[in-house]
Amino acid sequence: MLEEHAKIIQFIGAADGITGRKKLQKMVYIAKKLDYPYKEKYEFHVYGPYSHELTLRVEELCNMGFLQEERQDKGSYVQYKYQMTDAGEHFTQMAQVEEATPALVACIDQMKGKSSRFLELVSTLLFFDHLPKEDQIEKLHAVKGKLNFTEEEIADAYEFVMNLMNMRTIH
Amino acid sequence: MSYATQKLSEEKVFKDPVHRYIHVRDQVIWDVIGSKEFQRLRRIKQLGTTYLVFHGAEHSRFSHSLGVYEIVRRIVDDSFDGRPEWDASERLLVLCAALLHDLGHGPFSHAFENVFNLDHEEFTGKILLGDTEVNEILKRVSKDFPQKVADVIGKTYTNKQVVSLISSQIDADRMDYLQRDAYFTGVSYGHFDMERILRVMRPREDQIVIKSSGMHAVEDYIMSRYQMYWQVYFHPVSRSAEVILTKILHRAKALSESGYDFAQQPTHFQGFFDGTFTLNEYLALDEGVLLTYFQLWITEKDPILADLSYRFVNRKLFQYIEFDLAKDYVKMKELELLFKKAGIDPEYYLVFDSSSDLPYDFYRPGEEGERIPIHLLMPSGEIRELSRESDVVEAISGKRRTDHKLYFPEDFLTEDGKKKALKKQILELLK
Repeated sequence: MLEEHAKIIQFIGAADGITGRKKLQKMVYIAKKLDYPYKEKYEFHVYGPYSHELTLRVEELCNMGFLQEERQDKGSYVQYKYQMTDAGEHFTQMAQVEEATPALVACIDQMKGKSSRFLELVSTLLFFDHLPKEDQIEKLHAVKGKLNFTEEEIADAYEFVMNLMNMRTIH
Repeated sequence: MSYATQKLSEEKVFKDPVHRYIHVRDQVIWDVIGSKEFQRLRRIKQLGTTYLVFHGAEHSRFSHSLGVYEIVRRIVDDSFDGRPEWDASERLLVLCAALLHDLGHGPFSHAFENVFNLDHEEFTGKILLGDTEVNEILKRVSKDFPQKVADVIGKTYTNKQVVSLISSQIDADRMDYLQRDAYFTGVSYGHFDMERILRVMRPREDQIVIKSSGMHAVEDYIMSRYQMYWQVYFHPVSRSAEVILTKILHRAKALSESGYDFAQQPTHFQGFFDGTFTLNEYLALDEGVLLTYFQLWITEKDPILADLSYRFVNRKLFQYIEFDLAKDYVKMKELELLFKKAGIDPEYYLVFDSSSDLPYDFYRPGEEGERIPIHLLMPSGEIRELSRESDVVEAISGKRRTDHKLYFPEDFLTEDGKKKALKKQILELLK
């Protein structure tokens, strides 16, 4: 029953809250690409890979009181912070989803420490991971030209993915 | 003359109930329509299980795909032709993308993808780029043409005008399916003045805008969409059929994994059960194949597979109640327990299902935008977001409507037999 919903609560719980809708979208996508068991379907969107299903699940979970959404006014823009509630924690126990593995917790922790711009870069490169590396970079510049990602950022993104993959193997 | 610009000696037309005629002049388009991967779409219904509620809804993804192509053809050949903001060299690309945008859909897509964790968009790409007839045809245009078509459908193509024609809040895909689904279901919703919208669409920089004089036609389109979602697409009886269909596939998969000896070997599904299927195996599946298996499975010795198959084939669907999971998830656990005690497996016979729709969304700066908004071109040349001009659209903008239901086989609970008191207790809880 609502196992996929419960896994999202657990993800946000393991992160001890996530600030930014974009950040949440990219974190779940990256975890999914690393073969963690998330089923949300993604397609390419304004800010890279985006899941309508995930948006819907998060909204439902907020309505159910299993997640708390806090609107933070940042002046020129607004940001949303998501946190697991006590009812949400109870629900994940009732739903009997498997506990987050140490590898997943470590992966979430690493992603949480990065900016949403960086996660947008990482997830966009992963979206094109079926292409050779030079084509991935070419595609990145084609669809994200306005963001002017530097060579250094791109190299960092590849290294970041390698680290996350190694982390999955070690754990 | 190159293959890309080659025209048929005479225009071909398809008679169509929605657009009257679908016109084909390009050799490439004619060849793509004749490919076996495109012809396969004749065997996949546009609305899945909806025909069990609206008996007319037997139309296919083939006719919808032709319809989307025709709408885009009218836009680029009539409305955009000669306009400096439109790059006419993109014409064939956008026509091919319109025609092929649903190529990867499997049989009863939603349920099938859910059970086997697949994504039809991914398969559209695989069919376009794989060893297929469609790929052979597109490659004759240019080596990178199949990839370009895949990029437009995957929304990663650099020219956003081209992408918007196929995928945006007012695109050819929606304009066709709303009218086609309304026609075949027979409902009186879903109608709007498409001719008017096509006449006022304009290419502008990296988007398509609507002249403000066409605002009321767009309002009508958005309201049509809203009504069709709740009257047709989310119809609870159709959802009930889809729930059963999903559970049939779940059961067959679980039986296969447990080594169950099927009376009729599910050869067509084996690769999906064990995750080893090939693109050709994916393409070999259609709704005829699935329905044949369901018919055969009615006589399987596994009682759950046999019962669920019987229900689907003979339209003996699950009953449903409104169910607020936030309030009632403890009750859900109680129900699961009682179902088990009554000998009814809740995994297959107690199903929670949600439907949700956002009729129109506008862009909020700094937020992860769900959708690119519809922009109006004002007489002054200024571009204004639709909900800022239209009171009707403003009233429904950003407002999501959600519906939660719990599905169960009422007949199991009301039939005479054992555990009557227990079943009565379950029915009380389901009131």
